[in-house]
Amino acid sequence: MTAAIDVDAVTVHYGAVLALDQATLRLDKGRICGLVGMNGSGKSTLFKSIMGLVKPDAGTVTIAGDTPAMARRSGAVSYVPQSEDVDWQFPLSVQDVVMMGRYGHMGISRRPRKADRLAVADAMERVELNDYAHRQIGQLSGGQKKRTFVARGIAQEATTLLLDEPFAGVDKRSEATICALLKELAGEGATILVSTHDLQALPELADEAVLLMRRVLLHGTPQDVLRPENLALAFGLDVMSRSGAAL
Amino acid sequence: MSIFEFLLEPLDYAFMQRALAVTVIASVVCAVLSCWLVLIGWSLMGDAVSHAVLPGVALAYIVGAPFALGAVLFGFLAVALIGAVRDTSRVKEDAAIGIVFTTLFALGLVLISVTPSQTDLTHIIFGNLLGLSHGDLVQVLLLGAVTFAILVIKRKDFTLYAFDPTHAHAIGLNPRMLGALLLGLLALTSVVALQAVGVVLVVAMLIIPGATAYLLTDRFGRMLVLAPVISAVCAVVGLYASYYLDAASGGMVVLSQGAAFLVVYLFSPRHGLISARVTAAKRRKLVAA
Repeated sequence: MTAAIDVDAVTVHYGAVLALDQATLRLDKGRICGLVGMNGSGKSTLFKSIMGLVKPDAGTVTIAGDTPAMARRSGAVSYVPQSEDVDWQFPLSVQDVVMMGRYGHMGISRRPRKADRLAVADAMERVELNDYAHRQIGQLSGGQKKRTFVARGIAQEATTLLLDEPFAGVDKRSEATICALLKELAGEGATILVSTHDLQALPELADEAVLLMRRVLLHGTPQDVLRPENLALAFGLDVMSRSGAAL
Repeated sequence: MSIFEFLLEPLDYAFMQRALAVTVIASVVCAVLSCWLVLIGWSLMGDAVSHAVLPGVALAYIVGAPFALGAVLFGFLAVALIGAVRDTSRVKEDAAIGIVFTTLFALGLVLISVTPSQTDLTHIIFGNLLGLSHGDLVQVLLLGAVTFAILVIKRKDFTLYAFDPTHAHAIGLNPRMLGALLLGLLALTSVVALQAVGVVLVVAMLIIPGATAYLLTDRFGRMLVLAPVISAVCAVVGLYASYYLDAASGGMVVLSQGAAFLVVYLFSPRHGLISARVTAAKRRKLVAA
């Protein structure tokens, strides 16, 4: 069976800096995978490779058997950015942002047709933001902001969702709402890759998890990945624990 | 003198009719473009490109090519050079912009000074609204119409590019192309506006209307209407003021745009300084009560 996301021995350099070192990751359709690693471990670079924003020096990426370029043209991949990468003052409403998910389905001037309006309304309903359709995005709570971008992916009819730190600045209740929503989407066949610092949420949300430290150190169940000795590998705590033992 | 006489008297002169047409066209096209420039954070880039087109225009004049071609060529050259200086040296972007556009602008000044022509240097630098020929008008009309049409047709893509280029890429658009198109239109617009207010003040028309509209609304669609309307009204007011006060026309147009910004900055219902203070004071009172 063709993997929904297949990252095969991908190596990426930024100048002299090695960002990804033969990273390999296969995800099957309908799975939710948590991506765990410290800052600079290559999580963003992995996302960028899957979207085709960086060209690997070696290795290949395919999405349901397609190259990243083919996947982009068919609108298969949707990306939910980190909060700090979004200009929340931008004069756009929730509906405007969700509509952007439909642009790939529209003509040259991106004039929405009935099907587009319906898809946007459905997506906003799905994430329970229909009452906020005309609100400027900066006037939403942290969780609503995230759901706006997830709704954009739903409207896009993306089969692969990439979420970059979706739980940062989000309260526990909204986090639960987002988790439930992602599981629903996965149940309908979406493949979801989530990078997160929120390790507690991982077993509840994810079917599997990956420890990244420029290369994939471990790919297993969330419980495996969260074992202290494994986390220590990814977060470089092994030196500390050893010196602690010597004391 | 009645209000009609006041408004109609200047239009008895063909040069005033042409001046009015060119100012309104330039201000509308610049204002539409400015909505994206202020949101992307390209104000300095607008400043740079509008100055850097000067040697392109001068060279086009020398070899007898269309001004627009030279302008777009040098607009892109400026952006490429800025990128190169920023990426291949330790000089930061603002300094790179400053170095590149002033040097290109200086090259333009030198080229114009050694080229025998009827084109007066001061006209290019400060505009020559009252001395426009019929040919100038046709060129402004043509360039203005083309630029305006592309901006309006591609407006949603430009907004997506300004807001989230990663998503643009993810759905198969080409953000680099969109950025390059926007820069090309910026260079064309600079040529249009150069005729009206001169190369020094073009940047005002490329920033002030968008910034003013941004303080008035939270909807981008409304911004795209408000900015050109405000800009056109200011252009007309400025032109009449320059006629009756016998003052520099380009200066008057920009001065009225600056005045409009000040009023909005202070009194905008949503994002104005004073209304924000009033709202805060009311909230304090409410809490105290």
